Amino acid sequence: MKRRKFLSSLTNLTLLIISGSVVKTTLRGAVETYLTDTAGAKKRFTMGIQTQKCIGCGRCVTACKTENNVPEEPFYFRTWVEHYVVKKDDSVIVHSINGGSGEISENIKEHDVLRSFFVPKLCNHCENPPCVQVCPVGATFKTEDGIVLVDEDRCIGCSYCLQACPYGARYIRPATHIADKCTLCYHRIKKGLNPVCVEVCPTQARVFGDLESGASPLVRLKRMKNTHVLKPALNTEPKVFYTDLDGAVK
Amino acid sequence: MSADFERLAAILKQVTGYIYPNEIEIHWSILIVVYPYITGLVAGAFILASLVKVFNVKEVLPTYRLSLLTALSFLIVAPLPLLFHLGHPWRSFEIFLTPNLSSAMAMFAFVYAWYLMVVLLLEIWFEYRTDMIAWAGALKFPSNLFYRIISLFSSDTSEKATYFDKKAIKAITVIGIPSAFILHGYVGFIFGSVKANPWWSSVLMPIVFLFSAIVSGIALILLLYMVITPSRGEQLDMKCLDRLASLLLYAMIVAFSLEGLDFLHRLYESEESIKILSDMVINRLFISLVVMQILFGMVVPLGILMLVKLARFNDELRKLLYFVSAILIQIGIFSTRWNVVFGGQMFSKSFRGLTAYKLEILGVEGLLTALFLLVLPFLILALLLKVLPPWGKIINQDASVAS
Amino acid sequence: MKKRVTGIPDPVLRLGIVFICFIGIVLFIRIVIIPSPLKETGSQRTSAIERELSREIYFAGSDICSDCHDEESALNRSGHHKYLSCETCHGPALEHTEDSEILPSAPREREFCSQCHTYNLSRPTGFPQIFPIAHNPLDPCISCHDPHDPKTPEIPGECSACHAQIERVKIGSPHFFLRCITCHETPEGHKIQPRLVSSTKPVEREFCATCHSTESRVEDTPKIDFLIHGEDYLCWQCHYPHRPEIEK
Repeated sequence: MKRRKFLSSLTNLTLLIISGSVVKTTLRGAVETYLTDTAGAKKRFTMGIQTQKCIGCGRCVTACKTENNVPEEPFYFRTWVEHYVVKKDDSVIVHSINGGSGEISENIKEHDVLRSFFVPKLCNHCENPPCVQVCPVGATFKTEDGIVLVDEDRCIGCSYCLQACPYGARYIRPATHIADKCTLCYHRIKKGLNPVCVEVCPTQARVFGDLESGASPLVRLKRMKNTHVLKPALNTEPKVFYTDLDGAVK
Repeated sequence: MSADFERLAAILKQVTGYIYPNEIEIHWSILIVVYPYITGLVAGAFILASLVKVFNVKEVLPTYRLSLLTALSFLIVAPLPLLFHLGHPWRSFEIFLTPNLSSAMAMFAFVYAWYLMVVLLLEIWFEYRTDMIAWAGALKFPSNLFYRIISLFSSDTSEKATYFDKKAIKAITVIGIPSAFILHGYVGFIFGSVKANPWWSSVLMPIVFLFSAIVSGIALILLLYMVITPSRGEQLDMKCLDRLASLLLYAMIVAFSLEGLDFLHRLYESEESIKILSDMVINRLFISLVVMQILFGMVVPLGILMLVKLARFNDELRKLLYFVSAILIQIGIFSTRWNVVFGGQMFSKSFRGLTAYKLEILGVEGLLTALFLLVLPFLILALLLKVLPPWGKIINQDASVAS
Repeated sequence: MKKRVTGIPDPVLRLGIVFICFIGIVLFIRIVIIPSPLKETGSQRTSAIERELSREIYFAGSDICSDCHDEESALNRSGHHKYLSCETCHGPALEHTEDSEILPSAPREREFCSQCHTYNLSRPTGFPQIFPIAHNPLDPCISCHDPHDPKTPEIPGECSACHAQIERVKIGSPHFFLRCITCHETPEGHKIQPRLVSSTKPVEREFCATCHSTESRVEDTPKIDFLIHGEDYLCWQCHYPHRPEIEK
């Protein structure tokens, strides 16, 4: 009996060692494949916006205009910040902050306010971008990393994309008559920098990252918070998402 | 550019509510109003012409060739407003040669080329072939060379050949009717397929466009017929006029019902956008929509035409009433296009505010350009009437054969 | 009259030649003349992407700043402005990284700071906000606050330095006369590291009962029988403590 017990425990032990080494090798293999996979993997860049953190200073708007040579006049924006005031009678007053200088013109009494907040807006880099669909010459296109860009050599300036964008994210450059919009600072992010609005945001209201990355502030934000996109009913599938977005935001 | 900024700053003062900051400027200007108006006339005139050949509406035969030439002269001008409106007109060839196949606008090239080359030019060519041969024979060198070239040096005037012409015309017209439907229905689709825009986004849009096109086309031919015939010292064919007027009436009834249905549907469904759209109709489009389009462009001419049908007026009064209604209809249809194009751009896609449109007088996208583009087809038509006169002995023969 | 060799009717033949010529010209232009970048479709658009990538960068990104300005960087990262990038205040500085002669801006006006720190009811509560007219007018902010390590010169006695919105809500409410620390136990650390060290919030009914229960000896307060009044709920679920009137 004793001998049999000894034998069985011996076999158990060998099994354990063998299986352990098997687990170890498979684990190592998994890690290796994970690393090689992620190194050459497709990227899906986007931005998450924490509305509750935005202080409406407008630094992102001015920095964006500098970085991307957007005309200074208040009719052209790649990104802008909306100021919402929901009053107790459920009426909503909205205003766009022009680089921090704009103020709601209407005199709002503080005790009439139910809630109030800021919402930064930019191109949503939709998965189904209507602007790409309607561009007659294919000047607007989606890159492999999911960013919607405009080919300025091809754009004929017909403005159909402006009509098709549900978010008002596009404008025509007055000097060149070419459609322009947020590129998520493509020239920066491909060199490892943050988009400029993310860079200058003082409260981390804007979070930039790659949705395909295993761990990043962006992915964490998406995991931990209630997220929402703008105008989901239009099935444009925006990649830019918002946390704690108020229902009054359109 | 600084003038642009001043203009936009002035518009900014008229903005009510909240609009996205990029939405202050209205990008599709009066030229984009002219474009569907002109294509509508093309489609309408062609469909009228087809009635003669396909449905054997013999009374309107005197307008057959006129309709074809009108359709052609307007079709030649149709792409010009688009071209003038582009930020980079010299790149427009890309639409034809490297189009994005998912774009409704890119299909313009194919629809246009198909309609121009396969339908309109072909039908005109077959219709005028024997005439062109005759004119080439009657004229001396070098003016006969022109007719020799455009008749593609064809010379066969045998009975067999003319029979083939007739067959070909019939076949082309049969293809032509759906093509005309596609041409203008497609213009409606350019607007109707923009899902972001509740003023435009509607399945009815192509059909509404089509019927308003038929209305405007018939009204235009009626006007042209009434102006050109007396100027040539000939009598107006009252049978033809009456028939044109009743066709116009039927087309208007359909168009009016469709527009009414669209309106009721929107009102009854009362979607998210209804508040801002009604705000816009009342504060921005009241004159152009309620007064110009519905009252003067639709209700009044509809009433006149019905009255004429019921009462027994004499010829002179009928002529006057037809003329007045046809002019009102043209104004009405132009307002329809105006309201579609500007209505879709005056409200913000945030549904919280309205911007304004200030019509420029000068400038590429101004009133003068629009007027020029509206006059240009008539100049081309005048030229075509000189080169390919619709009133030859051929048409009288046709008429006698038909009757 | 040509001989009809193929059996195709004469006009069709003539038109056919014209059409074939036309289509031939179009195809020729499309295939031979149009440059290939115009023919790229989908997301494979090398020329456009290359042009986009070659755009000039103005903002260098704060990582590079610490290479030379390590002291300021370290100081900045330890303070309340740790989430601020250098260029949020100093402006685009890529030129400066290439040529140290070109100096980035160093704003000193009050307006620059007040763009973020002026009181605005829409700003998140807890974000430090002041009324520039009332807050040491005319003094430059930097005379009291180091922007790389912004602390108040003395630890703020008034909570309204950061909680201005609550302060304003309290105006006109009977609780205006209560000091914040009457209800919130506030450790000293909260004034230095507000996000790490929190103050307390009273939640139990008993806390409110000390003043508002019928058995309370505090004078001039509305009294209620806590045994029968809203027994399943905590007080703050109906009454906003900073403005406790029942709102209409």
